[in-house]
Amino acid sequence: MRRLGDDPRPAGAGTALGVIEFDDVAYSYGGEALLSGVSARIAPGTFHFLTGPSGAGKTTLLKLAYLQLRPTAGRLSLFGKDVTGIERDQVARTRRRIGFVHQDCQFLDHLPIAENVALPLLVSGREASGADLGDLLSWVGLSRRAEALPPELSGGERQRAALARAVMSDPEIVIADEPTGNVDWEMSLRLLTLLVELNRMGKTILVATHDLTLIRQAKAQVSARVLRVGGGTMVPAGAEL
Amino acid sequence: MRLFRPSGVADRVVPPTGFTARLTLGASAAMAFLAVFALALSLSAGRVASTWSDALARTATVRISAPSGQVEAQAVAALAVLDTTPGVASARRLGADEQRALLEPWFGPDLPIESLPVPVLIEVVATADGFDSGGLSARLAGEAPGAVLDDHAAWRAPLVAAAGRMRLLGFGCLLLISLTVAAMVALAAQAALAANARVIATLRLVGAEDAFIARAFVRRFTLRGLAGAGAGTLAAAVVLAMLPSAGAGSTEAAWLSLSIGGAQWALLLLVPPATAAVAYGATRLAARRALTEAT
Repeated sequence: MRRLGDDPRPAGAGTALGVIEFDDVAYSYGGEALLSGVSARIAPGTFHFLTGPSGAGKTTLLKLAYLQLRPTAGRLSLFGKDVTGIERDQVARTRRRIGFVHQDCQFLDHLPIAENVALPLLVSGREASGADLGDLLSWVGLSRRAEALPPELSGGERQRAALARAVMSDPEIVIADEPTGNVDWEMSLRLLTLLVELNRMGKTILVATHDLTLIRQAKAQVSARVLRVGGGTMVPAGAEL
Repeated sequence: MRLFRPSGVADRVVPPTGFTARLTLGASAAMAFLAVFALALSLSAGRVASTWSDALARTATVRISAPSGQVEAQAVAALAVLDTTPGVASARRLGADEQRALLEPWFGPDLPIESLPVPVLIEVVATADGFDSGGLSARLAGEAPGAVLDDHAAWRAPLVAAAGRMRLLGFGCLLLISLTVAAMVALAAQAALAANARVIATLRLVGAEDAFIARAFVRRFTLRGLAGAGAGTLAAAVVLAMLPSAGAGSTEAAWLSLSIGGAQWALLLLVPPATAAVAYGATRLAARRALTEAT
Protein backbone atom coordinates (compact mmCIF):
# COMPACT_ATOMS: atom_id res chain seq x y z
CA MET A 1 0.00 0.00 0.00
CA ARG A 2 1.41 3.36 -0.97
CA ARG A 3 1.70 5.83 1.85
CA LEU A 4 0.29 9.29 1.93
CA GLY A 5 2.50 11.74 0.05
CA ASP A 6 4.30 9.18 -2.08
CA ASP A 7 5.25 10.66 -5.37
CA PRO A 8 4.13 8.73 -8.44
CA ARG A 9 7.09 9.85 -10.54
CA PRO A 10 9.41 6.91 -11.18
CA ALA A 11 12.55 8.73 -12.32
CA GLY A 12 14.99 10.18 -9.87
CA ALA A 13 12.50 11.08 -7.23
CA GLY A 14 10.93 7.70 -6.81
CA THR A 15 13.42 6.10 -4.44
CA ALA A 16 12.23 3.73 -1.76
CA LEU A 17 13.13 6.08 1.13
CA GLY A 18 11.44 9.38 1.73
CA VAL A 19 13.54 12.39 2.62
CA ILE A 20 10.88 13.26 5.20
CA GLU A 21 8.83 10.51 6.84
CA PHE A 22 6.20 10.98 9.50
CA ASP A 23 5.22 7.71 11.10
CA ASP A 24 2.16 8.04 13.36
CA VAL A 25 3.55 11.33 14.64
CA ALA A 26 1.73 13.27 17.34
CA TYR A 27 2.47 16.62 18.87
CA SER A 28 0.92 18.04 22.01
CA TYR A 29 1.48 21.36 23.70
CA GLY A 30 0.29 22.17 27.21
CA GLY A 31 -1.68 18.95 27.37
CA GLU A 32 -3.58 19.75 24.16
CA ALA A 33 -3.07 17.45 21.17
CA LEU A 34 -2.33 19.64 18.14
CA LEU A 35 -1.46 16.76 15.82
CA SER A 36 -2.02 13.04 16.12
CA GLY A 37 -1.56 10.00 13.93
CA VAL A 38 0.22 11.88 11.16
CA SER A 39 1.86 9.53 8.68
CA ALA A 40 3.36 10.71 5.43
CA ARG A 41 6.33 10.14 3.22
CA ILE A 42 7.82 12.94 1.16
CA ALA A 43 9.89 11.48 -1.63
CA PRO A 44 13.07 13.18 -2.86
CA GLY A 45 12.66 15.74 -5.62
CA THR A 46 8.93 16.20 -5.09
CA PHE A 47 6.92 19.38 -4.62
CA HIS A 48 4.35 19.35 -1.84
CA PHE A 49 1.97 21.96 -0.55
CA LEU A 50 0.57 21.84 2.95
CA THR A 51 -2.71 23.64 3.13
CA GLY A 52 -5.47 24.14 5.63
CA PRO A 53 -7.06 26.86 7.73
CA SER A 54 -5.05 29.07 10.07
CA GLY A 55 -4.19 27.26 13.28
CA ALA A 56 -4.67 23.83 11.69
CA GLY A 57 -1.05 22.85 12.41
CA LYS A 58 0.76 23.56 9.12
CA THR A 59 3.55 25.50 10.82
CA THR A 60 3.79 22.86 13.56
CA LEU A 61 4.27 20.16 10.92
CA LEU A 62 6.96 22.20 9.17
CA LYS A 63 8.71 22.87 12.49
CA LEU A 64 8.65 19.15 13.22
CA ALA A 65 10.22 18.50 9.82
CA TYR A 66 12.85 21.15 10.54
CA LEU A 67 13.50 19.77 14.04
CA GLN A 68 12.42 22.99 15.71
CA LEU A 69 9.87 20.87 17.55
CA ARG A 70 10.12 17.25 18.67
CA PRO A 71 7.20 14.82 18.21
CA THR A 72 5.55 13.85 21.48
CA ALA A 73 4.76 10.44 19.97
CA GLY A 74 5.56 8.54 16.81
CA ARG A 75 8.66 8.51 14.68
CA LEU A 76 10.14 11.10 12.36
CA SER A 77 12.82 10.28 9.82
CA LEU A 78 14.87 12.65 7.71
CA PHE A 79 17.06 11.44 4.86
CA GLY A 80 16.26 7.87 5.87
CA LYS A 81 17.42 8.27 9.46
CA ASP A 82 15.31 8.34 12.61
CA VAL A 83 15.76 11.83 14.05
CA THR A 84 13.14 11.65 16.79
CA GLY A 85 15.65 11.81 19.64
CA ILE A 86 18.86 13.10 18.10
CA GLU A 87 21.31 15.34 19.99
CA ARG A 88 21.34 19.12 19.61
CA ASP A 89 24.47 19.28 17.49
CA GLN A 90 23.09 16.56 15.24
CA VAL A 91 20.02 18.75 14.85
CA ALA A 92 22.26 21.60 13.68
CA ARG A 93 24.07 19.36 11.20
CA THR A 94 20.80 17.93 9.89
CA ARG A 95 19.40 21.42 9.43
CA ARG A 96 22.28 22.24 7.12
CA ARG A 97 20.73 19.82 4.63
CA ILE A 98 17.43 21.69 4.82
CA GLY A 99 16.69 25.25 3.78
CA PHE A 100 13.93 26.91 5.77
CA VAL A 101 12.03 30.04 4.83
CA HIS A 102 10.30 31.28 7.96
CA GLN A 103 7.01 33.11 7.95
CA ASP A 104 8.65 36.15 9.58
CA CYS A 105 12.04 35.85 7.82
CA GLN A 106 14.40 36.04 10.79
CA PHE A 107 17.59 37.90 9.94
CA LEU A 108 20.50 39.33 11.86
CA ASP A 109 19.46 42.96 11.56
CA HIS A 110 22.97 44.35 12.12
CA LEU A 111 24.50 42.46 9.17
CA PRO A 112 23.99 43.33 5.50
CA ILE A 113 21.82 41.05 3.40
CA ALA A 114 24.82 39.50 1.63
CA GLU A 115 26.24 38.31 4.96
CA ASN A 116 22.82 37.14 6.12
CA VAL A 117 22.43 35.08 2.97
CA ALA A 118 25.89 33.60 3.42
CA LEU A 119 25.26 32.67 7.09
CA PRO A 120 24.42 28.97 6.54
CA LEU A 121 27.87 28.45 5.02
CA LEU A 122 29.70 30.64 7.49
CA VAL A 123 28.27 29.00 10.62
CA SER A 124 29.36 25.63 9.32
CA GLY A 125 32.91 26.85 8.81
CA ARG A 126 32.76 27.08 5.03
CA GLU A 127 33.74 30.05 2.91
CA ALA A 128 31.08 31.74 0.85
CA SER A 129 32.37 32.28 -2.67
CA GLY A 130 31.74 35.83 -3.81
CA ALA A 131 30.70 34.63 -7.24
CA ASP A 132 28.19 32.12 -5.87
CA LEU A 133 26.79 34.68 -3.51
CA GLY A 134 26.51 37.20 -6.32
CA ASP A 135 24.77 34.63 -8.55
CA LEU A 136 22.34 33.73 -5.81
CA LEU A 137 21.48 37.36 -5.04
CA SER A 138 21.07 37.96 -8.75
CA TRP A 139 18.79 34.90 -9.04
CA VAL A 140 16.45 36.33 -6.40
CA GLY A 141 16.80 39.85 -7.83
CA LEU A 142 18.65 41.37 -4.88
CA SER A 143 22.04 42.17 -6.43
CA ARG A 144 21.59 45.86 -5.80
CA ARG A 145 20.47 45.30 -2.23
CA ALA A 146 23.44 43.19 -1.13
CA GLU A 147 24.74 45.80 1.30
CA ALA A 148 21.34 46.82 2.64
CA LEU A 149 20.42 45.94 6.20
CA PRO A 150 17.37 43.68 6.66
CA PRO A 151 15.15 46.40 8.17
CA GLU A 152 15.67 48.42 4.98
CA LEU A 153 14.11 45.73 2.78
CA SER A 154 10.48 45.46 1.70
CA GLY A 155 8.41 42.39 2.58
CA GLY A 156 8.98 40.83 -0.85
CA GLU A 157 12.69 41.51 -0.73
CA ARG A 158 12.92 39.94 2.70
CA GLN A 159 11.12 36.81 1.46
CA ARG A 160 13.47 36.54 -1.51
CA ALA A 161 16.50 37.09 0.74
CA ALA A 162 15.20 34.37 3.06
CA LEU A 163 14.81 32.03 0.10
CA ALA A 164 18.35 32.84 -1.07
CA ARG A 165 19.66 32.09 2.42
CA ALA A 166 17.67 28.86 2.53
CA VAL A 167 19.35 27.55 -0.62
CA MET A 168 22.83 29.02 0.03
CA SER A 169 24.25 25.76 1.35
CA ASP A 170 22.71 23.73 -1.48
CA PRO A 171 20.21 21.86 0.72
CA GLU A 172 18.32 18.78 -0.40
CA ILE A 173 15.03 20.03 1.01
CA VAL A 174 13.55 23.53 0.98
CA ILE A 175 10.75 24.19 3.44
CA ALA A 176 8.78 27.43 3.24
CA ASP A 177 6.17 28.55 5.72
CA GLU A 178 3.64 30.90 4.07
CA PRO A 179 6.34 32.48 1.90
CA THR A 180 3.78 34.61 0.08
CA GLY A 181 1.81 35.60 3.16
CA ASN A 182 2.99 39.22 3.26
CA VAL A 183 3.61 40.02 -0.39
CA ASP A 184 1.47 41.07 -3.35
CA TRP A 185 0.32 38.69 -6.07
CA GLU A 186 3.08 39.62 -8.48
CA MET A 187 5.72 38.89 -5.85
CA SER A 188 3.94 35.67 -4.91
CA LEU A 189 4.25 34.45 -8.49
CA ARG A 190 7.90 35.44 -8.56
CA LEU A 191 8.60 33.49 -5.38
CA LEU A 192 6.63 30.53 -6.73
CA THR A 193 8.73 30.62 -9.89
CA LEU A 194 11.89 30.46 -7.79
CA LEU A 195 10.55 27.49 -5.83
CA VAL A 196 9.58 25.70 -9.05
CA GLU A 197 13.07 26.33 -10.43
CA LEU A 198 14.56 24.83 -7.29
CA ASN A 199 12.34 21.78 -7.66
CA ARG A 200 13.45 21.37 -11.27
CA MET A 201 17.01 21.41 -9.98
CA GLY A 202 16.12 18.35 -7.92
CA LYS A 203 15.30 19.92 -4.56
CA THR A 204 12.45 18.57 -2.49
CA ILE A 205 10.04 21.43 -1.84
CA LEU A 206 7.54 21.59 1.01
CA VAL A 207 5.46 24.76 1.20
CA ALA A 208 2.76 25.64 3.72
CA THR A 209 0.17 28.02 2.31
CA HIS A 210 -3.52 28.74 2.51
CA ASP A 211 -3.45 30.43 -0.90
CA LEU A 212 -5.32 28.02 -3.20
CA THR A 213 -4.77 30.23 -6.22
CA LEU A 214 -1.04 29.94 -5.73
CA ILE A 215 -1.35 26.17 -5.51
CA ARG A 216 -3.28 26.07 -8.79
CA GLN A 217 -0.60 28.23 -10.41
CA ALA A 218 2.06 25.84 -9.20
CA LYS A 219 0.21 22.76 -10.42
CA ALA A 220 0.17 24.32 -13.86
CA GLN A 221 3.98 24.42 -13.83
CA VAL A 222 5.05 21.40 -11.83
CA SER A 223 3.74 18.10 -10.53
CA ALA A 224 2.80 19.35 -7.10
CA ARG A 225 0.90 17.33 -4.53
CA VAL A 226 -1.29 18.87 -1.89
CA LEU A 227 -1.73 17.69 1.67
CA ARG A 228 -4.52 19.16 3.75
CA VAL A 229 -3.91 19.71 7.44
CA GLY A 230 -6.94 19.86 9.71
CA GLY A 231 -8.56 18.21 12.69
CA GLY A 232 -5.17 17.36 14.09
CA THR A 233 -4.11 15.21 11.17
CA MET A 234 -3.04 15.37 7.53
CA VAL A 235 -4.82 13.93 4.50
CA PRO A 236 -4.33 14.23 0.73
CA ALA A 237 -6.36 17.03 -0.74
CA GLY A 238 -9.15 16.15 -3.13
CA ALA A 239 -9.52 16.87 -6.81
CA GLU A 240 -11.17 20.24 -6.16
CA LEU A 241 -7.70 21.76 -6.16
CA MET B 1 44.88 30.27 21.83
CA ARG B 2 42.10 29.76 19.33
CA LEU B 3 39.98 31.95 21.57
CA PHE B 4 42.24 34.95 21.02
CA ARG B 5 42.42 34.62 17.25
CA PRO B 6 40.04 37.04 15.55
CA SER B 7 37.11 35.16 14.08
CA GLY B 8 35.31 37.49 11.71
CA VAL B 9 32.06 35.59 11.51
CA ALA B 10 31.71 34.53 15.13
CA ASP B 11 32.65 38.05 16.23
CA ARG B 12 30.18 39.74 13.96
CA VAL B 13 27.11 37.55 14.37
CA VAL B 14 26.46 38.96 17.83
CA PRO B 15 25.73 42.70 17.80
CA PRO B 16 27.69 44.86 20.23
CA THR B 17 25.88 45.40 23.53
CA GLY B 18 26.92 48.49 25.47
CA PHE B 19 25.43 47.67 28.87
CA THR B 20 26.98 44.24 29.28
CA ALA B 21 30.29 45.46 27.87
CA ARG B 22 30.49 48.27 30.42
CA LEU B 23 29.40 45.96 33.25
CA THR B 24 32.03 43.36 32.42
CA LEU B 25 34.82 45.89 31.91
CA GLY B 26 33.94 47.83 35.06
CA ALA B 27 33.52 44.75 37.25
CA SER B 28 36.74 43.20 36.00
CA ALA B 29 38.68 46.42 36.53
CA ALA B 30 37.34 46.94 40.06
CA MET B 31 37.85 43.34 41.06
CA ALA B 32 41.38 43.25 39.65
CA PHE B 33 42.15 46.44 41.59
CA LEU B 34 40.95 44.77 44.80
CA ALA B 35 42.70 41.52 43.90
CA VAL B 36 46.04 43.32 43.72
CA PHE B 37 45.58 44.67 47.24
CA ALA B 38 44.44 41.29 48.54
CA LEU B 39 47.55 39.83 46.96
CA ALA B 40 49.68 42.55 48.54
CA LEU B 41 48.08 41.78 51.93
CA SER B 42 48.91 38.10 51.55
CA LEU B 43 52.47 38.80 50.50
CA SER B 44 53.04 41.35 53.28
CA ALA B 45 51.59 39.02 55.91
CA GLY B 46 53.72 36.23 54.55
CA ARG B 47 56.77 38.42 54.82
CA VAL B 48 55.95 39.34 58.44
CA ALA B 49 55.37 35.72 59.36
CA SER B 50 58.63 34.79 57.72
CA THR B 51 60.53 37.56 59.53
CA TRP B 52 59.21 36.55 62.92
CA SER B 53 59.64 32.89 62.24
CA ASP B 54 63.20 33.15 61.03
CA ALA B 55 64.80 36.20 62.63
CA LEU B 56 63.18 36.09 66.07
CA ALA B 57 63.47 32.35 66.28
CA ARG B 58 67.24 32.81 66.23
CA THR B 59 67.32 35.10 69.24
CA ALA B 60 66.71 34.50 72.93
CA THR B 61 67.20 36.38 76.17
CA VAL B 62 68.65 35.22 79.46
CA ARG B 63 67.40 37.22 82.44
CA ILE B 64 69.30 37.02 85.72
CA SER B 65 67.40 37.96 88.84
CA ALA B 66 69.43 37.20 91.92
CA PRO B 67 70.29 38.81 95.25
CA SER B 68 72.46 41.87 94.62
CA GLY B 69 75.63 40.15 95.78
CA GLN B 70 75.23 37.25 93.38
CA VAL B 71 74.12 38.97 90.21
CA GLU B 72 77.56 39.54 88.73
CA ALA B 73 78.80 36.05 89.57
CA GLN B 74 75.72 34.42 88.07
CA ALA B 75 76.00 36.62 84.97
CA VAL B 76 79.55 35.47 84.42
CA ALA B 77 78.54 31.84 85.01
CA ALA B 78 75.64 32.15 82.61
CA LEU B 79 77.86 33.67 79.91
CA ALA B 80 80.32 30.83 80.41
CA VAL B 81 77.51 28.27 79.97
CA LEU B 82 76.30 30.04 76.86
CA ASP B 83 79.81 30.18 75.37
CA THR B 84 80.03 26.40 75.56
CA THR B 85 76.52 25.60 74.40
CA PRO B 86 76.26 24.09 70.90
CA GLY B 87 73.97 26.14 68.65
CA VAL B 88 74.72 29.47 70.37
CA ALA B 89 76.43 31.80 67.91
CA SER B 90 76.95 34.64 70.34
CA ALA B 91 75.93 35.83 73.79
CA ARG B 92 76.22 39.44 74.88
CA ARG B 93 75.31 41.19 78.09
CA LEU B 94 73.21 44.32 77.49
CA GLY B 95 74.81 47.51 78.76
CA ALA B 96 73.12 50.05 81.02
CA ASP B 97 72.34 52.35 78.06
CA GLU B 98 70.63 49.56 76.17
CA GLN B 99 68.54 48.61 79.21
CA ARG B 100 67.62 52.25 79.74
CA ALA B 101 66.51 52.45 76.11
CA LEU B 102 64.34 49.38 76.60
CA LEU B 103 62.62 50.90 79.62
CA GLU B 104 62.34 54.41 78.20
CA PRO B 105 58.86 53.91 76.67
CA TRP B 106 57.47 53.24 80.17
CA PHE B 107 59.64 55.36 82.50
CA GLY B 108 60.92 58.10 80.19
CA PRO B 109 64.56 59.17 79.63
CA ASP B 110 67.19 59.66 82.30
CA LEU B 111 66.06 56.69 84.36
CA PRO B 112 68.68 56.09 87.12
CA ILE B 113 68.93 52.47 86.15
CA GLU B 114 72.11 51.89 88.21
CA SER B 115 70.16 52.50 91.42
CA LEU B 116 67.31 50.18 90.52
CA PRO B 117 67.20 46.41 91.01
CA VAL B 118 66.93 45.79 87.27
CA PRO B 119 67.88 42.25 86.25
CA VAL B 120 70.86 41.62 84.02
CA LEU B 121 69.89 40.78 80.43
CA ILE B 122 71.98 38.64 78.09
CA GLU B 123 71.09 38.63 74.39
CA VAL B 124 71.65 35.23 72.80
CA VAL B 125 71.91 34.70 69.03
CA ALA B 126 71.53 31.15 67.83
CA THR B 127 73.19 29.53 64.84
CA ALA B 128 71.02 28.41 61.92
CA ASP B 129 70.64 25.00 63.54
CA GLY B 130 69.56 26.56 66.86
CA PHE B 131 70.12 25.27 70.37
CA ASP B 132 68.33 22.89 72.70
CA SER B 133 66.24 25.21 74.90
CA GLY B 134 65.43 22.50 77.46
CA GLY B 135 69.05 21.44 77.86
CA LEU B 136 70.28 25.02 78.10
CA SER B 137 67.68 25.88 80.76
CA ALA B 138 68.78 22.87 82.80
CA ARG B 139 72.44 23.83 82.58
CA LEU B 140 71.71 27.46 83.50
CA ALA B 141 69.68 26.30 86.49
CA GLY B 142 72.72 24.35 87.68
CA GLU B 143 75.37 27.05 87.13
CA ALA B 144 73.31 30.24 87.64
CA PRO B 145 70.11 29.55 89.60
CA GLY B 146 68.79 33.10 89.02
CA ALA B 147 69.05 32.81 85.22
CA VAL B 148 65.86 32.37 83.22
CA LEU B 149 66.00 31.56 79.51
CA ASP B 150 63.32 33.22 77.34
CA ASP B 151 63.45 31.93 73.75
CA HIS B 152 60.53 34.24 72.72
CA ALA B 153 58.42 31.24 71.81
CA ALA B 154 55.61 32.25 74.14
CA TRP B 155 54.91 35.58 72.43
CA ARG B 156 56.33 34.79 68.98
CA ALA B 157 54.00 31.86 68.29
CA PRO B 158 50.71 33.80 68.45
CA LEU B 159 52.17 36.62 66.36
CA VAL B 160 53.37 34.21 63.70
CA ALA B 161 49.97 32.53 63.83
CA ALA B 162 48.27 35.94 63.45
CA ALA B 163 50.45 36.76 60.46
CA GLY B 164 49.59 33.38 58.97
CA ARG B 165 45.90 34.09 59.45
CA MET B 166 46.33 37.48 57.77
CA ARG B 167 47.90 35.67 54.86
CA LEU B 168 44.97 33.26 54.70
CA LEU B 169 42.62 36.22 54.88
CA GLY B 170 44.34 37.69 51.84
CA PHE B 171 43.95 34.45 49.92
CA GLY B 172 40.33 34.23 51.09
CA CYS B 173 39.77 37.73 49.70
CA LEU B 174 41.28 36.62 46.39
CA LEU B 175 38.89 33.67 46.31
CA LEU B 176 35.89 35.88 47.09
CA ILE B 177 36.98 38.37 44.44
CA SER B 178 37.26 35.55 41.89
CA LEU B 179 33.78 34.33 42.77
CA THR B 180 32.42 37.87 42.51
CA VAL B 181 34.03 38.31 39.09
CA ALA B 182 32.52 35.00 38.00
CA ALA B 183 29.07 36.04 39.24
CA MET B 184 29.22 39.48 37.63
CA VAL B 185 30.46 38.18 34.30
CA ALA B 186 27.94 35.34 34.32
CA LEU B 187 25.20 37.88 35.02
CA ALA B 188 26.38 40.11 32.18
CA ALA B 189 26.68 37.11 29.86
CA GLN B 190 23.18 35.94 30.75
CA ALA B 191 21.85 39.43 30.06
CA ALA B 192 23.63 39.47 26.70
CA LEU B 193 22.36 36.01 25.83
CA ALA B 194 18.80 36.99 26.78
CA ALA B 195 19.04 40.23 24.82
CA ASN B 196 20.26 38.28 21.80
CA ALA B 197 17.70 35.47 21.98
CA ARG B 198 16.50 36.32 18.48
CA VAL B 199 20.05 36.29 17.13
CA ILE B 200 20.60 32.88 18.71
CA ALA B 201 17.33 31.58 17.26
CA THR B 202 18.34 32.82 13.79
CA LEU B 203 21.77 31.22 14.05
CA ARG B 204 20.24 27.92 15.09
CA LEU B 205 17.78 28.26 12.23
CA VAL B 206 20.63 28.33 9.73
CA GLY B 207 22.37 25.34 11.29
CA ALA B 208 24.82 26.84 13.78
CA GLU B 209 26.01 24.44 16.45
CA ASP B 210 25.97 25.47 20.11
CA ALA B 211 29.77 25.64 20.15
CA PHE B 212 29.78 28.24 17.37
CA ILE B 213 27.19 30.41 19.12
CA ALA B 214 28.83 30.03 22.53
CA ARG B 215 32.24 30.93 21.10
CA ALA B 216 30.93 34.28 19.91
CA PHE B 217 29.87 35.20 23.45
CA VAL B 218 32.72 33.51 25.34
CA ARG B 219 35.41 35.19 23.25
CA ARG B 220 33.82 38.59 23.68
CA PHE B 221 33.42 38.34 27.45
CA THR B 222 36.86 36.81 27.99
CA LEU B 223 38.53 39.66 26.12
CA ARG B 224 36.46 42.20 28.03
CA GLY B 225 37.51 40.56 31.31
CA LEU B 226 41.14 40.66 30.23
CA ALA B 227 40.98 44.32 29.21
CA GLY B 228 39.15 45.42 32.36
CA ALA B 229 41.47 43.45 34.64
CA GLY B 230 44.50 44.87 32.83
CA ALA B 231 43.34 48.41 33.53
CA GLY B 232 42.45 47.60 37.16
CA THR B 233 45.78 45.91 37.79
CA LEU B 234 47.72 48.80 36.31
CA ALA B 235 45.83 51.31 38.45
CA ALA B 236 46.38 49.22 41.59
CA ALA B 237 50.09 48.82 40.82
CA VAL B 238 50.49 52.59 40.54
CA VAL B 239 48.68 53.16 43.86
CA LEU B 240 50.69 50.41 45.53
CA ALA B 241 53.96 51.88 44.31
CA MET B 242 52.95 55.28 45.71
CA LEU B 243 52.07 53.97 49.18
CA PRO B 244 54.56 55.20 51.83
CA SER B 245 56.84 52.55 53.25
CA ALA B 246 56.46 52.03 57.02
CA GLY B 247 60.10 51.49 57.91
CA ALA B 248 61.93 48.84 56.04
CA GLY B 249 63.41 46.17 58.23
CA SER B 250 61.32 47.09 61.24
CA THR B 251 59.39 44.13 62.53
CA GLU B 252 56.79 46.30 64.24
CA ALA B 253 56.31 48.46 61.16
CA ALA B 254 55.86 45.42 58.97
CA TRP B 255 52.24 45.23 60.13
CA LEU B 256 51.60 48.68 58.74
CA SER B 257 53.35 48.12 55.45
CA LEU B 258 51.12 46.91 52.61
CA SER B 259 53.62 46.49 49.85
CA ILE B 260 55.20 44.08 47.50
CA GLY B 261 58.72 44.16 46.27
CA GLY B 262 61.20 42.74 43.85
CA ALA B 263 60.10 39.69 41.93
CA GLN B 264 56.70 39.79 43.64
CA TRP B 265 55.68 42.55 41.20
CA ALA B 266 55.69 39.88 38.51
CA LEU B 267 52.82 38.17 40.34
CA LEU B 268 50.60 41.10 39.38
CA LEU B 269 50.96 40.01 35.76
CA LEU B 270 48.92 36.94 36.68
CA VAL B 271 45.86 38.97 37.72
CA PRO B 272 44.56 39.89 34.22
CA PRO B 273 44.90 36.36 32.73
CA ALA B 274 43.40 34.88 35.91
CA THR B 275 40.44 37.26 35.61
CA ALA B 276 40.10 36.38 31.92
CA ALA B 277 40.11 32.69 32.83
CA VAL B 278 37.35 33.26 35.37
CA ALA B 279 35.36 35.25 32.78
CA TYR B 280 35.89 32.48 30.24
CA GLY B 281 34.58 29.81 32.61
CA ALA B 282 31.63 31.89 33.78
CA THR B 283 30.54 32.83 30.24
CA ARG B 284 30.97 29.30 28.99
CA LEU B 285 28.73 27.95 31.74
CA ALA B 286 26.14 30.69 31.20
CA ALA B 287 26.16 30.17 27.43
CA ARG B 288 25.87 26.41 27.71
CA ARG B 289 22.90 26.73 30.05
CA ALA B 290 21.16 29.38 27.93
CA LEU B 291 21.68 27.47 24.69
CA THR B 292 20.44 24.23 26.17
CA GLU B 293 17.25 25.99 27.22
CA ALA B 294 16.80 27.53 23.74
CA THR B 295 15.08 25.52 21.01
